[in-house]
Amino acid sequence: MSNSLTRKLSPSKIGLAVAAPLAAAVFSIIISSLAVIASKKSPMEAFTTMWDYGTEAGSLMEVINTATPYYIAAIAIAVTFRAGLFNIGVEGQLRLGALFSCYIGAMFVLPPVLHVAVVFIIAMTFGGLWAAIAAYLKVKRGVNEVISTIMLNALAGGLSAYLLSKHFALVEEGSNNLQTKELPASAQVPDLMPLLRKFGVEDQPGGGVYGMFFVAVALGLIFWFVVNRTRFGFELRASGLNPIAARVSGVNSKKMTFLALVISGAIAGLAGLPEVLGQTHSYNLGFRAGIGFSAIAVALLGRNSAGGMAFSALLFGFLEVSSRSLELIDIAPETYVIMQGSILLSAVIAYEVVRRFKLTLQSNELAKVVQP
Amino acid sequence: MKAMKILRYATMLVFVLASIRVITGASDLTSTGTASAALLLSVPIVLAALGGLFSERAGVVNIGLEGMMIMGAWAGGYIGSQHGPWFGLMAAMIFGSVGALVHAIATVTFGVDHVVSGVAINIIAAGLVRYLSTLMYKNGSWPGPSQSPGIETIPLNGLPVLSGGQYFGWKSPDLLGSIANLNWFFVSDIASILRGLTGDVSYVTVVAISFVPLAYFILWRTAFGLRLRSAGEAPVAAESLGVNVYAMKYAGVLISGGLAGLGGGFLAIVAASNYQENQVAGRGYIGLAALLFGNYRPGGLLAGAGLFGFADALQLRDSAAIHALLLLIVVILAFVAFRKFKSGKQIGGLLALTAAGFTLWFYFAVDELPGQLVTMTPYIATLLVMALASQRLRMPAADGMPYRRGGLR
Repeated sequence: MSNSLTRKLSPSKIGLAVAAPLAAAVFSIIISSLAVIASKKSPMEAFTTMWDYGTEAGSLMEVINTATPYYIAAIAIAVTFRAGLFNIGVEGQLRLGALFSCYIGAMFVLPPVLHVAVVFIIAMTFGGLWAAIAAYLKVKRGVNEVISTIMLNALAGGLSAYLLSKHFALVEEGSNNLQTKELPASAQVPDLMPLLRKFGVEDQPGGGVYGMFFVAVALGLIFWFVVNRTRFGFELRASGLNPIAARVSGVNSKKMTFLALVISGAIAGLAGLPEVLGQTHSYNLGFRAGIGFSAIAVALLGRNSAGGMAFSALLFGFLEVSSRSLELIDIAPETYVIMQGSILLSAVIAYEVVRRFKLTLQSNELAKVVQP
Repeated sequence: MKAMKILRYATMLVFVLASIRVITGASDLTSTGTASAALLLSVPIVLAALGGLFSERAGVVNIGLEGMMIMGAWAGGYIGSQHGPWFGLMAAMIFGSVGALVHAIATVTFGVDHVVSGVAINIIAAGLVRYLSTLMYKNGSWPGPSQSPGIETIPLNGLPVLSGGQYFGWKSPDLLGSIANLNWFFVSDIASILRGLTGDVSYVTVVAISFVPLAYFILWRTAFGLRLRSAGEAPVAAESLGVNVYAMKYAGVLISGGLAGLGGGFLAIVAASNYQENQVAGRGYIGLAALLFGNYRPGGLLAGAGLFGFADALQLRDSAAIHALLLLIVVILAFVAFRKFKSGKQIGGLLALTAAGFTLWFYFAVDELPGQLVTMTPYIATLLVMALASQRLRMPAADGMPYRRGGLR
């Protein structure tokens, strides 16, 4: 009965599915227009400037490069969300993953693909180990994973700074930038430009797409498959949706909690790699900070689904890259933060409103069936 | 009885610290300067934790404390540098409450998951203040968009007779200070700590600390407090008795934001002399940890905040003291091992003993801890304390659960 009610596709249901993103978009456009008006400029001019700049081929490549680590980190967060947990520690996990994979990965030379695979495994190991601290504290000591992962972020920051400056960095004459030894060519992930040229894409100044883009896509597919089509994914979702019911039906919820956090940390370990393996080829002081936090927003906006997160990662990347053009017309590029924030907040609220509205609709329909 | 117990523990702690001071020569462990810095650094955490108390007692989990502190710090810096520190503090409270209003609308009215909304607010607040800073401090103002101009300081004073200070032109004697200078073991340690806590204290600190008993009074001794707590324990029952649960939750979250904002403003105006980007640096989260450590009680959260403030003060003032503190860990671990052996848990006891031995070895092997590791102290303290305290926590029964009037979902 309930199946026929919920599965039936009607115009009102399609409308509801579109309603939330649409409302969120409208609301955030209003808020960001206000932000632009606050700097005494025309919103239309700002939006068209952003669109024109953001849709140039070179910018689009940058959008993809920005979105790739966001997407990987968002998947890591989504794994815990699906299990009813919240891993805020992605920032620390990906930092340690990148640091250790650069340091250890540069110690030896292996055949090309194998070397990259080993670097991936190192990054996943250290990301996973760092998350395992939170997992252990959660399962054995009942420490809320939100608080512990936040503390672990701060610790990862201090630890990586210490390790880099005191142990891992090469000492170079006359240079202030601390960095690890450069990774050998076999550990570097090639740029996708040669491939894109075959499809008729022209070279762009400073352009190029990280090879890790494919890894992100693959991770998205694996995430979708494992969560929705396997027994493990089912148990993960079950312990997230209703821990008590899951336990009663034989799911070891402590094990699922532990696994979810560690797997999440392992995936997070990869999120620092696109830039490191594709561009800088070493971990240095300029390692991009904040990926883990933006990824939380990406995961929330994308509702923890593989497709939704891909869309929101690209959206965030687009806003970040295209907003640079705002400087040309004398608007603070930081306006993009307002746009991202208002989209996130309004989307989170809109999803909830639509969910409630759906529930009301369903119970009304049910009432009609029961009492003709 | 409880007060006696706390006093006993505090005395024991000071005794151990004094002993370590004598053994290692790390005089900053019990110095006046450390105690005074610890108090100064505890206040923002106390305010954040009190904010958390009001919100969580009303049944709304508030991870957004961090964001509300960030907004408070920014407003404190901006308004404070233009209209003086007192207006700055007021603006900080108002800005914090604005952040809280968003949290309340999302969680109470629309039923969004509390942690999701809180984290969203933290992300948004960090972005918002960066945007506002570039907007306001853009046109060549010194020293750039990452900080505000300087803020006038609020005068300091001491407790009359005991800790010096000026009262209407009368210069009070400094009894505790002179005892502290005698260098008697333990007695002078206590005196110098008390001198640090009572001397050269900002008025804002006094007000902020007095919020702790005030919060207790409001929450446990007034009708409003009872209603607010009932909204966090059993909202449906409260509703059936005519309590406006939504209003209580809104009140709790808004007070929470005001307190957290004040904590942020304190950081910019009292603890520093201007707003700087990343000034809050996770203190909202630490405040939440202090609240959990204190088992959702005002007195407990004060103890928790004091602990974190102490760790923070030591790492800022003297890294040698942190090195000496390793001995304290050895003592605690040995104590844990003793307890484990006594209760027949041989493996746990052996583990604790091994850890104690390792820490002792580390103490002798390393002369000085590197700076990057020393800054980690408050966070490690938070983690350790959470690991020890989490199992005996009793949070409000309906904390974090979405509530809708009339039993709707």
